[in-house]
Amino acid sequence: MRALAALAALIGIGCQCAQAADSAPPGARSPDYSGGLPGEHPRGMDMPDDAAFAMLLVDQLEAAHDNHGDNSQFLDAGFWYGTDFDKLWLKAEGDFAARHVDDLRSEALWDHAISPWWSLQAGVREDSAGGPSRTWAALGVRGLAPYWLATELTGYIGESGRSSARLQVEYDARFTQRLVLQPRLEATLYGKPDPQREIGAGLSSTELGLRLRYELKRKFAPYLGLAWRQRYGGTADLNRTAGNSTSEMQIVLGLHAWL
Amino acid sequence: MTIRRPPRALHPANPARRHFVQQLALGGAAFALGSAPRRACAGALEQQAPQPGTLAGTDFDLVIAPTAVNLTGHASIAHTVNGQLPGPTLRWREGSTVTLRVTNRLAVPTSIHWHGIRLPADMDGVPGFSFEGIAPGETFTYRFPVKQSGTYWYHSHSGFQEQNGPYGSLVIEPAVERNVAERDYVVMLSDWTDLDPERVFAILKQHSAYFNMNQPTVGEFLRDSSALGVRGALQARAMWNRMRMNPRDLVDVTGFTYTYLMNGLAPAGNWTGLFKPHERVRLRFINGSANSYFDVRIPGLKLSVIAADGQDLHPVEVDEFRIAAAETYDVLVQPHEDRAYTIFAQSMDRSGHARGTLAPRPGMTAAVPAVDAVPTLSMLDMMGAMGGMAHDQPMDGAMDMGGMFHAHHATTEYGNPGVDMRVDMPRTNLDDPGVGLRGNGRRVLSYADLRSVDGPADARAPGRDIELHLTGNMERFTWSFDGQKYSQARPIRFGLDERLRIVLVNDTMMNHPIHLHGVFSELEDEHGVVIARKHTINVQPAQRVSYALTADSPGRWAYHCHLLYHMQAGMFREVVVA
Repeated sequence: MRALAALAALIGIGCQCAQAADSAPPGARSPDYSGGLPGEHPRGMDMPDDAAFAMLLVDQLEAAHDNHGDNSQFLDAGFWYGTDFDKLWLKAEGDFAARHVDDLRSEALWDHAISPWWSLQAGVREDSAGGPSRTWAALGVRGLAPYWLATELTGYIGESGRSSARLQVEYDARFTQRLVLQPRLEATLYGKPDPQREIGAGLSSTELGLRLRYELKRKFAPYLGLAWRQRYGGTADLNRTAGNSTSEMQIVLGLHAWL
Repeated sequence: MTIRRPPRALHPANPARRHFVQQLALGGAAFALGSAPRRACAGALEQQAPQPGTLAGTDFDLVIAPTAVNLTGHASIAHTVNGQLPGPTLRWREGSTVTLRVTNRLAVPTSIHWHGIRLPADMDGVPGFSFEGIAPGETFTYRFPVKQSGTYWYHSHSGFQEQNGPYGSLVIEPAVERNVAERDYVVMLSDWTDLDPERVFAILKQHSAYFNMNQPTVGEFLRDSSALGVRGALQARAMWNRMRMNPRDLVDVTGFTYTYLMNGLAPAGNWTGLFKPHERVRLRFINGSANSYFDVRIPGLKLSVIAADGQDLHPVEVDEFRIAAAETYDVLVQPHEDRAYTIFAQSMDRSGHARGTLAPRPGMTAAVPAVDAVPTLSMLDMMGAMGGMAHDQPMDGAMDMGGMFHAHHATTEYGNPGVDMRVDMPRTNLDDPGVGLRGNGRRVLSYADLRSVDGPADARAPGRDIELHLTGNMERFTWSFDGQKYSQARPIRFGLDERLRIVLVNDTMMNHPIHLHGVFSELEDEHGVVIARKHTINVQPAQRVSYALTADSPGRWAYHCHLLYHMQAGMFREVVVA
């Protein structure tokens, strides 16, 4: 409950900051030229200027073969529904190996635009599989940083004083109008260890990927790539103890698609 | 009803017709015979040719209905007027009163708006403002006096229908014709997609660059790097990258999905207008597209531009002109040689073209030029006057800023995710033909060339200025005036018979053709002198354009960007004259 209240306060502060960063100067004019006319809009003018839209995005659906000879699969998908500045976002990111789910992170977020390129995202995250499930409150930003870096930075507060943060940055380098090379960085941090989920405190893992996709259709692009997944510190120790590797270099074959 | 048969040129001889039919799959319009509603077709419309027929007189029956078409090689359904795409050319006479019965055979409400025509507000055909729209199965009767002459057009003002085909040309014969010509052709340019236009809109909301197949590439960066050095190439891109703007974001919907049509024919269909050498040929260009700009030229011929938006101009001779969505330009040409000439209309982003031919005999063709290089927006288009200075001369503290126009941004443009840029010092000069046409070696028309023969409609000086900013977010695909979408804004009120000035400042990097219903928009030069009457005023990126008007028609009127997808996103206002 306290976490939710803190979250709400943070959202408020975030919105305020975004407004304050671009506030109107004293001399700005009024946009109202109505001369006191009422503002109601007539029926029959069916202007969809505040309509809701939806999108299903499979950012990555891939099969990986790593330098230890192991095979695994990976899914990173999202769905949104909403208007220009307010959307419901659902996200799912999962690791699969030997026909079972290794790790699955699901999020349900309210996405609210706070600037031309940035949205605030707030909601809940649930970690399932790969140990006891964990529930988190989530607050972050998603958007386009200068130099066209698609960025997501999210902080999480969980039960028993757990905390976490996740950063994801992608860039699309277009070689032709259809052939796109995408470098991608993902990093995860945890505030305190969670040995049952093989997580240590501090920087726990990074993934550096380089994927070359070809847009057969604008909405349908198979890709081939390399991904380097590395675990650090306590997370690496716990994985070693459990007999897992702490570093993999993978060749990935996958699909990027949306509807 | 009097029926004017289309001029001979619109009836190609049989061999040409056969050849044409063979080309249908290459992009001609193949209408299912018999699908045209004959009863309403005013009789003797030609079934054989998809060119727009012509109806003349004072009494018209128009039927909007779904019609099977094939414009791309794939069967599709258009919403046509009297089974034709474009709909029939309607010829009216200045001083007459016209009656138009419009019947809706679609499953959804429809409407017809008479674009650029001065008429009572309840005849303007905008659902919600003028009337309730025309319900399925119903007929609405428009009746109004015709008080003007020239080239105009009509189109549905309901939903996204305009993309799907219910549009056609209006030719109003003046009491006294100033420009005599032996041949007179409508050349209606439009854009067709087999996609459902609502789907197009949804795609733009999901991924605004979906249709842009001209995006900057790594290869270009490497080429620039070898020419300018890596640092130079980075510097050239720095501003764009920091602002997260794409200098190739010229239009939202492109030849990636569009087939560009001339009088309803794809380039392979080759619409042809006949002439005899030395004849004067009047071409009435109308941009009836939903979301496209065209750059038009006829290699080998000088174009004498004699009218804009239906209003006679002091003729100006050019090689090429850009026509914004909803504008019309009348052009006089006089081919002296006994050969074919290509009418070439490339889309502003060079992703495709419409094409036709002027020829002494049917079936002739001339070389079709390649489209020009893909244009790239400049600092002028991003920063207005400041960008121009950065371009032309080094900035120094001594520069005189006194003559510059300082934009007054609205409070609603700040802290607004729907506003991705603001231009503090827009450029005010009208002599820029626009991105992709600058310095191309041809004489290109610009707004600075326009001089209406009929001067200002009202000698009074404007009593006040209304400043409105064209705003948007290209990435999120949101469009608005002053950062407010239609549904967020209050109407704009003009006093009845008030003389006022509208100052538009384009705070985006796209062109926007702004159309005010009900009254003329009297374009001013940068010193506030009225130079031309228009109904649609194009505002280039980071440009300030002003126009005067006299609010002499009471009622509720639409005021909007005539790019369909911008309008539907909210770049729209209600204007109340009362």
